[in-house]
Amino acid sequence: MTKFFDLSRKTLIQFALIAYGFTVVYPVFLMIISSFKTTRELFKSPFAMPKSWSMHNYIEAWNRGNFSSYFGNSLFVTLTALLIVLVVGSLAAYPLGRYAFKGKSWLMMYFLAGLMLPIRLGILPLFFLMRSLHLLNTPWSLIAIYVASGIPFTIFVLANFFETLPKELEEAARIDGAGDFRIFWQIMLPLIRPALATVAIFNFIPWWNDFFFPLIFIRAEKYKTLPLGLFSFFGEHQNNWALLFSGLTITALPLLIVYLLASKQIIKGLTSGALK
Amino acid sequence: MNKQRKIPTFWRFLPFWLPAFIIYSLFIVWPLLNAVGYSLFEWKGLQRGGFIGLDNFVRLLTTEPWRSNLWRAFKHNIFFFIGTMLVQNTMALFFASILHSLKRGRQFWQNLFFMPHLLATVLVGFLWNLILNPLFGPLNKALKMLGLGILAQPWLGQPLTALPSILVVNAWAWMGFPMMLFLANLGSIPASYLEAAELDGATGFQIFRYIQLPLLRPSIIIVTVLTFIGNFNAFELVFVMAGSDGSPGGATDVLGTFFYRTAFGTGQDAISMGSSLAVIMFIFIATSSVLFLKLASKEKVVYD
Repeated sequence: MTKFFDLSRKTLIQFALIAYGFTVVYPVFLMIISSFKTTRELFKSPFAMPKSWSMHNYIEAWNRGNFSSYFGNSLFVTLTALLIVLVVGSLAAYPLGRYAFKGKSWLMMYFLAGLMLPIRLGILPLFFLMRSLHLLNTPWSLIAIYVASGIPFTIFVLANFFETLPKELEEAARIDGAGDFRIFWQIMLPLIRPALATVAIFNFIPWWNDFFFPLIFIRAEKYKTLPLGLFSFFGEHQNNWALLFSGLTITALPLLIVYLLASKQIIKGLTSGALK
Repeated sequence: MNKQRKIPTFWRFLPFWLPAFIIYSLFIVWPLLNAVGYSLFEWKGLQRGGFIGLDNFVRLLTTEPWRSNLWRAFKHNIFFFIGTMLVQNTMALFFASILHSLKRGRQFWQNLFFMPHLLATVLVGFLWNLILNPLFGPLNKALKMLGLGILAQPWLGQPLTALPSILVVNAWAWMGFPMMLFLANLGSIPASYLEAAELDGATGFQIFRYIQLPLLRPSIIIVTVLTFIGNFNAFELVFVMAGSDGSPGGATDVLGTFFYRTAFGTGQDAISMGSSLAVIMFIFIATSSVLFLKLASKEKVVYD
């Protein structure tokens, strides 16, 4: 009796897993096979495999949309912001994690408040600020807001990590005559590499996918990032479904490939904010 | 002794934290404070008039069309929050407990279920726009092929199903995230508790209900707060799937789209009403999150 019960329980669990797995995968699968079809083929037989695996739609989408430019802009913005936030954030986290000084707890609280602040609600003043700094409609407006919004989490994680490193490290270096900057750069920074990776993933993916700030700050076609570019692409080719599906696949593919290669690290990085 | 020791630590490390301090203050703190400032002045287009105290708030809360738009958007957000808790987070808890009990293949399923979370919101919105399209969309076609043609709907085109459809799409994209939080929490429960219960003859459901569920409190609290905050910040998916005017007929208008329309629309009231709305949303989100956390941290269950 219990054996039978166990068996059916197992079957139910398998069924639930496969059913939800299908729900997750099928829309993405449909997107990919649709991107190889012609629009007429798409409407006639949406679920069949494409008649031919021709790259025609991709070539057309790539040429008609500015995907290479969108892709380049997204890479430039996210990587520059990442580099800056890692440098600036780890510099700030170092004394906050390792030294006692006047005002330190206030400073820490001030930075950590940013973990909870709904920054989008400041978008109007932020828009005017960007305009008066002449950053509006340039990639630097995005870099500035991404770095600024990434600072609280970066400091939070790195300061905690710095705190765990043994004190003897600095003392030994100091006896050798090394200054604060050199100790930080040559001894401390290499030791916090695992935490830097977590912070990098946590920041990179939301920035890469962000649509809100580009929508507000960027008008020029040549500065559009991938999500905003996809948005204009959809506006221009509304009825050409074959093209739309290729545009979607082009946008989705890079991150999906990265995810296939490093899903464990990505999940860990993205959930690290909520798990602490 | 090193000469650096003579400088007070505060000044010695100032160059370390100052760049972060300046960037963060300038682009995060200053704009938020400024939004409060903006809301207390009269505005004619981009021209700032005199200080008028809380008049903008009174106008937003008591005059039409502001009042009913705000109230409608607010109700939609509440609906979205409750719906997300029921659909997305319940499912997340369900799958977390299943995955936790698996001996093999857990990694595979969790990676798979998390995958949609990686796709950009714009992409998710557009993909589902195509799938839900009333004429050519694969969903309605599939329903017809299965003989369920009566169930085929203009999902995003009618008030009754538009917001629920967006809610389900949102859950599709997000489910893996709360699931991972629940899974991590389940992993931290000592195995000895479960073994003891099993020895006492508890069934799988009893173990879940009376041992795991109470101990899942920390992750349930976090997921609830994150869902709440995320829901009141919701904008992109609704904007992509239903536009900024909450079509059809305002049925999908949430605070995020209402705010966007007000602040970046063409009206003369963009700054006054936009900033007041931002301040009201800020106060609402902050006080409810703090209140909830306070309530939730009371009457803690301690197992020893």
